[in-house]
Amino acid sequence: MLAEAGGTFWLPPQSSSTARYVDAAFHLVLGISTFFFLLIVALMVVFVLRYRRRPGVGPAKSPSHSTALEITWSVIPLGLVVVIFSLGFYGYMEIRTAPRTAYEILVTAQKWKWTFRYPNGYEDPELHVPVDEPVRLVMQSQDVIHSLFIPAFRLKMDVVPGRYTTTWFRAIAPGEYDLTCTEYCGTGHSDMVTKVVVHAPGEFEPWLRKADEQAQSLAPVDAGRRLVTQRCASCHSVDGTQVPNGGPSFKGIFGQTHTFTKGPPQVVDENYLRESILDPSKRIREGYEDRMSTFRGQLTDKQITNIIEYIKSLK
Amino acid sequence: MTEPHAALAAQPADHPPHLAHHFDTLRQQFEAGKLGMWLFLVTEILFFGGLFCAYAVYRAIHPEIFVFAHHYLDKNLGAVNTAVLIFSSLTMAWAVRCAQLNQRRGLVACLAVTLVCAGVFLGVKYVEYSQKWQHGLLWAGWFKPVDEPGDPANAPSGEHGEQPRDVGIFFSIYFLMTGLHGLHVVGGMGVIAWILVLAARGRFSSQYYAPVDFTALYWHLVDLIWIFLFPLLYLIGP
Amino acid sequence: MSQTAAGALTPESADGSGPPADNYLTHAHGVRSWLFTLDHKRIAVMYLVGILGSFVLGGVFALLVRTELIRPGPTIMSKDMYNHMFTLHGAVMIFLFIIPGIPAVLGNFALPLLVGAKDVAFPRLNLASLWLWMIGAVFFVVTLHVGGLDTGWTFYTPYSTETPSAVIPAALGAFVLGFSSIFTGINFIATIHKLRAPGMTWFKMPLFCWALYATAIIQVLATPVLGITILLLAAERVLEVGIFNPKWGGDPVLFQHFFWFYSHPAVYIMILPGMGVISEVVAVFSRKHIFGYRFIAYSSVAIAVWGFLVWGHHMFTSGMTPLAAMIFSALTFSVSIPSAIKVFNWLATMYKGSISLATPMCYALAFLFLFGIGGLTGLFLGTLSTDVHLHDTYFVVAHFHYVMFGGAMIAFLAGLHYWWPKITGRRYAERWGQLGALLTFLGVNLTFFPQFILGSRGMPRRYYDYAGLLDRHPDFQQLHVLSSIGAYLTAVAITVVLGTLIHSVFRGRPAPANPWGGATLEWQCASPPPYDNFASTPTAGDPYAVDEFEYDPAIDGYVRRSAPNPPGPCPVPSHD
Repeated sequence: MLAEAGGTFWLPPQSSSTARYVDAAFHLVLGISTFFFLLIVALMVVFVLRYRRRPGVGPAKSPSHSTALEITWSVIPLGLVVVIFSLGFYGYMEIRTAPRTAYEILVTAQKWKWTFRYPNGYEDPELHVPVDEPVRLVMQSQDVIHSLFIPAFRLKMDVVPGRYTTTWFRAIAPGEYDLTCTEYCGTGHSDMVTKVVVHAPGEFEPWLRKADEQAQSLAPVDAGRRLVTQRCASCHSVDGTQVPNGGPSFKGIFGQTHTFTKGPPQVVDENYLRESILDPSKRIREGYEDRMSTFRGQLTDKQITNIIEYIKSLK
Repeated sequence: MTEPHAALAAQPADHPPHLAHHFDTLRQQFEAGKLGMWLFLVTEILFFGGLFCAYAVYRAIHPEIFVFAHHYLDKNLGAVNTAVLIFSSLTMAWAVRCAQLNQRRGLVACLAVTLVCAGVFLGVKYVEYSQKWQHGLLWAGWFKPVDEPGDPANAPSGEHGEQPRDVGIFFSIYFLMTGLHGLHVVGGMGVIAWILVLAARGRFSSQYYAPVDFTALYWHLVDLIWIFLFPLLYLIGP
Repeated sequence: MSQTAAGALTPESADGSGPPADNYLTHAHGVRSWLFTLDHKRIAVMYLVGILGSFVLGGVFALLVRTELIRPGPTIMSKDMYNHMFTLHGAVMIFLFIIPGIPAVLGNFALPLLVGAKDVAFPRLNLASLWLWMIGAVFFVVTLHVGGLDTGWTFYTPYSTETPSAVIPAALGAFVLGFSSIFTGINFIATIHKLRAPGMTWFKMPLFCWALYATAIIQVLATPVLGITILLLAAERVLEVGIFNPKWGGDPVLFQHFFWFYSHPAVYIMILPGMGVISEVVAVFSRKHIFGYRFIAYSSVAIAVWGFLVWGHHMFTSGMTPLAAMIFSALTFSVSIPSAIKVFNWLATMYKGSISLATPMCYALAFLFLFGIGGLTGLFLGTLSTDVHLHDTYFVVAHFHYVMFGGAMIAFLAGLHYWWPKITGRRYAERWGQLGALLTFLGVNLTFFPQFILGSRGMPRRYYDYAGLLDRHPDFQQLHVLSSIGAYLTAVAITVVLGTLIHSVFRGRPAPANPWGGATLEWQCASPPPYDNFASTPTAGDPYAVDEFEYDPAIDGYVRRSAPNPPGPCPVPSHD
């Protein structure tokens, strides 16, 4: 029942520059709501006890309408909600208005993984950011609607296929925080949990350089394995099993001859694999449905080559 | 023209035939029915309203698609259909008048003409649909235009500029709107045919013509919706 | 016909002397006499049976969901099964239970009686509405058997256009149920306009009628938009029309606009009639004229009209422009005022009353408490900045369950217990009724209050597993366990409630015509009412002149005072 360290009973710790606007509005509404709730319940309890039905006692005469009272209890709540609305709108504009310059990270959501691409091209399943620097997230979805939620930053924005959505934040405390998907997206919706790592001053750039170098130095097969785990594994297994409602397993397919719903059979070679990644609807393998969307613009040529090398290695 | 007298005799003196047990007067019953019918028409308008809304949204976002794609529709056939439907509305209104005036022959004739007009409308629609089908001008997912140079129904691309992206969305909206409207025409034909049978059996009189009146209201709405669809889909400037 | 049979039985002759021999339940026999009846009361009873069945089914789904969430990781089912369960829970509860709930059961039964009519305006349409409900229910059963449904009850695209589960049968079910709801709405508007008894002006209508009228406006104006939305969704799946699919240039967020244009007003379809029930119950059990009649009546209509303008508050985080967000937020706040007015008027009605804690009043008090929480937590979600944090978390789940279960369902139970003697001609065991109300109240709080805490601390909704969040939030599991225990308690409570009611049908004492002392017209006819309701059209007076009725211990019911307001002590029944 205890709250997270550093947070209040209701809310996680404030870890972004805009969190305080949300929290201020939250606590204002909490105060007003609690007051009115207690007022209603107190009146109710007092009336029930005071005016409980007793033998021989009828209801006392009292008026059945009062315009003055009606106006009072309409205008006072109206005034209060105007205050709440204003505070909420003010905070919302603070959340939505990104600073002119911000460190930009491309976010790709797909069933059921997040991929964060940094300006140098490095991709990571976790969101790493420098502390005290505005970060802008440019987000797109591979398939259905997802939503990026970082409770500690009080940040949420839907990720919609067919368009880019953006949001921004400035982390104010180094540490690790939860990042979840909050728009229901199917089987693995609750698996789309990863973390935000806020690096202390001066530690982000070295981390990024090192992570990128490591990724660059991987052999193509290993780089391909990383990519497949990250981007393909929710629909394609690598051990010969069939993912429910997914595509064919990658195991041993290289060199096989596949038949399609249309057109002649084809030996699975490099060109066919490349076509399947970039134009998956062109030829649909027999027994499967046209479910996959294109990775054109999502993967570089080098990455595609790495994936093909990895698939070749799956004997 | 009137009910058999036996049926009349079975009713209490103050309770005329056609008056349901929970109404006090025929007038109250008629007014309740009319209110109900209007409410139903409101739901119909909102039902189509969703599609008009989708139309407005996509036309606002992609006006170029609408300007480009509407050239594929045949204005002449659309105009013929508009005239046919407006005429059928006239005959339907006339049918109500005939019922009110106890003119059984006129009522049957007017309903029959309305029915024929509705049939003509659907026939023309069939011709239009089959042309679209032949040329692959179908809704977004099935939109595969067949290039046939020289065919006036299918070659406006040269004179009307480059084909914009996602032209199929226009045909989605076209087929959804006209298709749903067509279903309403079919439904209306069913009801009119039923009323026609009752009219031929002499079920209606100046005392009791509510079903004819209500069917006419519905038919006018179907007509009215087409009157909006025709310019919105066929007559897009420039 | 039945004219003579019903005419011979005047309501007055049956007043207070137990169930009359010929009433709507005994008027005709056999299955066909029920399935093809045009009697609004029988239709209401059939609706009641179907709707309670749906509630139990939806409740079982809920219990399975809550059981799965007791532990992180797999507990009793797979991920896909969980997604099916919460979807079916939502879809069954909303489309089959709570939207038709109060209007089709209590409204159908009480509305013609309340306005002094013999039936609704269009009895055949009413029967058609029931049949459509049954067909809709069949579609949902088919859905269960041909692949289930895993889209969430909201059917969001593009997920709903590509999932292999049985979206089409479920969508058709919702479509058909929509028309069932429209037919009920058309019927109620026409009935209220054209069939009111002499003397019943608009402002002498019982407030439940005002609430049903406001509800019917929404049913007629909003439901067709759901219909077309669902047709478009079906067309999207079958034909690929692309309206909602970005692959063809469509916009998935447009679906959300369409969907919420119906579904936000739909929450008022669920809660408004409940508020109407509470208005009746609070006045009658306080033995007081309702306070602020006109304000309560107007606020119902205001909520119905305003409710159409606020749908966008479901999409504050879907990338809408700040201007649109501002407008929707401002409108959302303004719709909260009429609800507040109602609550204050109910409290003012209780002031200086003679408050009985009979079962319906227990539910009404529970309603004030629970709807208070549900309504006030809506403020958090209408506030733009806090909504960014709370949207699609358990906070939202808790909020709408407080409104839907704590509000609509509790009001349904209040109304069901209030009119039960009229519907069945039997009285239930008062102590058991009160116990059921108390247990339900405790169960709802225990189930849903922890969810507020879960949500504001960052637990997303529709999550099968929260193992990944436990590192930073070990508290999540305790909160989930509390919530699940609450769900089991609620199940026990509902068992007690339904058991008490069913028991009363077989063993209950006969009910007098006016067991609670209501001044509305339904209490003037016998319990249960005769086939034709009123032999002669009654004349309506002030529906809240409850002081014109006094308790008569001889029949354990109320009768009209012979002399107006006699001095001296008056006897009271002992159901508190």
